Amino acid sequence: MPPASSATRRKIRAANWNDIAFSLALPLLAVLFALVVCAVILLLLGVNPLEAYAAMITGAFGSVSGITQSIAKATPLLLVALGICIAFRASVINIGAEGQIILGALAATAFSLAFRTLPAWLLVPLTMLAGFVAGAFWGFIPGVLKARFGVNEILSTVMLNVVAAQILLAMLKGPLMDTRGVTAGTFLPQSEQLPEAVWLPKLAPQTLMHTGAIVAVILAFVVYIFLWRTTIGYRIRAVGLNIDASRYAGIRVSIYQMLALTLAGGFAGLAGVVEVIGVQHRLLEGITSGYGFSGIVAALFGGLHPLGAIPASYLFGSLLVGADKMQRAMQVPSSLVDVLLGLVVLFVVGSQYYARKRAARRASTSVTTVEEEAATA
Amino acid sequence: MNEVVLIGIIASAISFATPYLYAAIGEMFAQRSGVVNLGVDGIMLMGAYVGFFVALNVPTPGGLWLGLLMAAVAGLLMGLLMSVISVTLKAEQGISGIGLYIFGLGLSSLLFRVTIGTVKTVDGFKPVPIPVLSGIPIIGPALFNQSVVVYGAFLLVPLAWFVLERTTWGLKIKAVGQSPASADSLGVSVNRVRYVCVCLGGMLAGIAGASMSLATVKLFQDNLTAGLGFIAVALVYFGGWRPLGILIGALLFSTINSLQNFMQVLNVGISPDLAVMLPYIITIVALMFPINRARQPAALNKPFERGEN
Repeated sequence: MPPASSATRRKIRAANWNDIAFSLALPLLAVLFALVVCAVILLLLGVNPLEAYAAMITGAFGSVSGITQSIAKATPLLLVALGICIAFRASVINIGAEGQIILGALAATAFSLAFRTLPAWLLVPLTMLAGFVAGAFWGFIPGVLKARFGVNEILSTVMLNVVAAQILLAMLKGPLMDTRGVTAGTFLPQSEQLPEAVWLPKLAPQTLMHTGAIVAVILAFVVYIFLWRTTIGYRIRAVGLNIDASRYAGIRVSIYQMLALTLAGGFAGLAGVVEVIGVQHRLLEGITSGYGFSGIVAALFGGLHPLGAIPASYLFGSLLVGADKMQRAMQVPSSLVDVLLGLVVLFVVGSQYYARKRAARRASTSVTTVEEEAATA
Repeated sequence: MNEVVLIGIIASAISFATPYLYAAIGEMFAQRSGVVNLGVDGIMLMGAYVGFFVALNVPTPGGLWLGLLMAAVAGLLMGLLMSVISVTLKAEQGISGIGLYIFGLGLSSLLFRVTIGTVKTVDGFKPVPIPVLSGIPIIGPALFNQSVVVYGAFLLVPLAWFVLERTTWGLKIKAVGQSPASADSLGVSVNRVRYVCVCLGGMLAGIAGASMSLATVKLFQDNLTAGLGFIAVALVYFGGWRPLGILIGALLFSTINSLQNFMQVLNVGISPDLAVMLPYIITIVALMFPINRARQPAALNKPFERGEN
């Protein structure tokens, strides 16, 4: 077959640009659609949706505190999303981030309390490592169950979320409970305050924004390089693109899926660490704040790309902050944000059908143009 | 252990099993047709809210029944949404299910806070003692003095078995879940069977939620189910996609839940928080045995595209 003429090449290149525009437009359309559905729900409840959305936007973007809070919330979201990206690229679905966050937070709390005398420059990285390892362990379990026993990872991760939540509760009512709560007789299920040496420095005084945000962004680039510039990353992606082809090519699929789940667990564990040492400074019952689920939304919205996850996490962090402010300003419950997130997920995964269909059509038409050229040449 | 405590443990185990049974039997139908609906918990929350809202505003006993019916309708609509996304648009089911869960969690909480506001209780369905049987010592008051909704859940088990094993529809469902391409070539509409099964599953999940808010817990609050719907999904795997297996699993979970409640009374040395983990760990272990996996519908979690398989 002779090389395609320049006209055809131009046609193909234009088509590629159209594809990129199309793949960017789909999630945005999905969000727009979700916003419209939410507006209808609000109208039915007698709330002016435009006012509610305006309160959300000004709440999230209209003030320094809104923006810094959004960044604080975006940090654990981004870390969870990075793990989800790795898992999805290997074609495994990690629903277990909630449990992995808990394990990371538990390990960070226990470690920093046990080694409180260490200097900050040593204590902070070691605490992060402890949380990463604990989360990775919680991701390794479903990984090995899948690789060795063929247990569906969706199911085992869901189970392990509950197990982790119960471990957290037992620890907070037992060994990790704040002794001050015991003497005061309140018995609050929370740990004592962590040593100040382990607190992450604030990026700006008097805000919630901490250096964990910078760590998360750096890690996003690390994950990008790992997935696209290393052999292991290449194999992980190969497994996700075509399991059978990877197997024929000699890639040990189950090992790479296990690795992907373990890494996903580690990143979620890190999200738990930054929540404990960056924001709360102690371990609490509701430490995950549902980040394990909203992190999936951020990863999906970012196109399952580590760099795409950065703006996506910031957007969803803003959404969470905006919803809180809207609730205070307008008495519209902040659970509206969950309705919105759920719809975004449904519409994003639903709309991928059109992207796949279009890609299939493109592939067949570009082949025919090249063939036609070849026939006329 | 005295008799009263024993009756209490058994009776509450039976009533705790109710939402598990409705939701898991419904999910079993969806999965036998090849669709994993991970959003059961969100559907249950919607059912629980809708049923409760109707019961609060319509006088009893009509209100309770209307509540149950509307919960089923709400569940059906949620099932329909799931079908459109997962069957017609062929989305990855693990993700669309999570989306449905977050949507149901948020919407039920939003509607609750706007239309009800504070935690209230309803009288709910009253226990109906079954003549003669309820007179048997210990077993009588424990098993045969429950509400109609509870009896219904247990009757659903043989009914589901009958539909699956003794009707043409059951045959179609199993064919579609096992080998959609063959079913398609024989003129069975794969997508239609899946729509029906996912919607039926949604309907039963809606009833499961209402069984909590109207018959067992008798109140509604944010996240009332607290992840119970996810357990229902697990029960389907645990029970090997069979009604009887699901019944055994549901009773295992509900008995441990019930024991946990009585543990303080009985003053056992185990931490109840740790005891609660047990059924989850048992479920994971059960999934490790190949016999269980062999029973899994072959086309589970795989959207059907004509001419692809």
